[in-house]
Amino acid sequence: MPWTQISCQYDGTYPGFLSCVFDCYVNKEEPVEFRTPDDTCCSLYPLRTVVTDQEHAKRVYRSFAKFGAEGQRLAVRAFLTCLPDKELWLWRLIRLGYQLGPKIGQNLTDPVVDKVRKAVWHLEHEAHQYKGFTRFSELDGVLAGEIEPKNRVLPLLRAHFCGRYPQESFVLHDRTHREALFHQPGAGNCAILPVEDFSLGPAGAEELACRKLWRAFYDTIAIEGRYNPKCRMTNMPKRYWAMMTEFQEDYGAALPEVHTLPSGPQ
Amino acid sequence: MELLDKLNILADAAKYDAACTSSGLDRSARPGTIGSTMMAGCCHSFSADGRCVTLLKVLQTNFCVYDCQYCVNRRSNDVPRAAFTPEELCELTMSFYRRNYIEGLFLSSAVIQSPDYTTELMIRTLRILREVHRFGGYVHAKAIPGADPLLTRRLGLLADRMSVNIELPSSPSLALLAPDKKKEAILTPMAQIRDGISESKREVAVYRHAPRFAPAGQSTQMIVGATPESDKHILTLTQALYDRYQLKRVFYSAYMPVSSSPLLPVAENFKPPLLREHRLYQADWLLRYYHFRAEEILDEDQPDLDPRMDPKCCWALRHLEFFPVEVNRADYESLLRVPGLGVRSARRILRARRVGPLNFEGLKRLGVVLKRAQYFLTCSGRMMAGLRVSEDGLLRHLVALEAPALAEPMPEQLSLFGDAG
Repeated sequence: MPWTQISCQYDGTYPGFLSCVFDCYVNKEEPVEFRTPDDTCCSLYPLRTVVTDQEHAKRVYRSFAKFGAEGQRLAVRAFLTCLPDKELWLWRLIRLGYQLGPKIGQNLTDPVVDKVRKAVWHLEHEAHQYKGFTRFSELDGVLAGEIEPKNRVLPLLRAHFCGRYPQESFVLHDRTHREALFHQPGAGNCAILPVEDFSLGPAGAEELACRKLWRAFYDTIAIEGRYNPKCRMTNMPKRYWAMMTEFQEDYGAALPEVHTLPSGPQ
Repeated sequence: MELLDKLNILADAAKYDAACTSSGLDRSARPGTIGSTMMAGCCHSFSADGRCVTLLKVLQTNFCVYDCQYCVNRRSNDVPRAAFTPEELCELTMSFYRRNYIEGLFLSSAVIQSPDYTTELMIRTLRILREVHRFGGYVHAKAIPGADPLLTRRLGLLADRMSVNIELPSSPSLALLAPDKKKEAILTPMAQIRDGISESKREVAVYRHAPRFAPAGQSTQMIVGATPESDKHILTLTQALYDRYQLKRVFYSAYMPVSSSPLLPVAENFKPPLLREHRLYQADWLLRYYHFRAEEILDEDQPDLDPRMDPKCCWALRHLEFFPVEVNRADYESLLRVPGLGVRSARRILRARRVGPLNFEGLKRLGVVLKRAQYFLTCSGRMMAGLRVSEDGLLRHLVALEAPALAEPMPEQLSLFGDAG
């Protein structure tokens, strides 16, 4: 007998989603859409509200080990991507995973695996780019930076930046998802927390001098005879530029207020 | 002199060095230190010429005792000169590194006083960086040909990657344009670094705290287009360098007119051979990742790479008897020979076909670029539906695929009011 189709309402967190998976399997129900309490649009399907249960979520999370290394990576990371209806795709992937087991990592031509794999690739690629394109400013001994990613890259950047600057205090703010990575010297002093309002004081003289030096280096290192703006934009799309020191004028501000992209060479 | 001016002069003098990579080594920061490295490397920015900026690429100094004709820092050239003190270069590196501008330091130098003195200066810089600032990021150091082997060794213990520039692709060219440098003087430190690396690897296998000598390997660079060598000569040399000196990379740098020497191409209207450089890099990738040999890519009848098509397509067209390759049966090496299939897609094919047979639709999903590969592949014995091309047609199709990217003159906006006169 086919499972009843329902609309699933949860709190928007990953444990919440995993609880949905748990409840759907228990009740033999097939979610055809996922909603958060903020969604105002009504649905034609019977609504089931799932209460987040950490124990259930953990059980589902642990069961992903059955998908093999590759499948597990997809199931864990897909929730961080900006794929439209990511919950639905992830639900399909999980169902497929329980059927196929570790083979799911090899089944690259399957439409569901393909969709999720490409979304996760986009997430990982963006995270890798932000490892390079993130810029920090020093303010009273604390390094502060801002990014505007499409995917939720902070969990992927955490190990990188904490491993790189173990002796520094730093904050990395994600504008899109309104959360920030905080780090203080010492092992394990590191957290990703939601942030409502993020603003900092003005930059000091030393910081401004350093920005000036970097801009001078950046402008000098290009060889005029090889000027190739298209190649630069392919490798470093313009959406990253707004946050990068080398494309900013001195505002004296801690971090630049960005409303429009700077007009680079077209 | 202000630090800003020094940075301008010494970055300007270093920019013709093509190598700017931070790959080949995974290392995380230990408590109390700062800095890590990544196996894949990491680009922190891209300059206006489209090249990656990953390391703070500067010279220790641009005062030089040599007079190499192709070099912007030659003794006889009238340019402003400067030198970083070891302390200020370290301060600069650290302040950039903390702000995540760079992945580390690329330290090269012109030869001031003597090779030994220059190397000692570089060692002092790197020692302060590693021991005082406890810097664990990437350091690329240039070995100075002619320096004492013991000094080169100390430099290599502080750096992650080392390089010696071979400069020009043959010794007659070297004798002509760089009379102060000898081929042997370049190859000696290269061999020393190679032996140092393999010895260090053996020691680390026995005792894990043994000092690491250039753990990310060594690379080199040569200038293309300043001298008359053929592509075949350059590729054969490259292959020999990979085989005999176990280099990680060979970089090619299209000659930029920085000098009006009568021995070099005339500077006016000289276009740097960027397309040739691009084709050489493509061929270089075939050598390193695609199991090709230099003799397969080019031979006596065809000593230069075809500018119209990439070297792999050219090879495929000369060896049509090798094709079509059956996607569901071919081994990894054969898949790599198909134009349009790269290392990643070949690996994905190997993985995906364990689940079930692949068709062209599936290949598209895997990310295979079918516009080239379709002519050379069969899926379960069938060519792509509706595809019928003769041998001549194939060449035309493949050339046409690259033609838009090769369109040389940039289109210009016509002006109603042209410049008077």
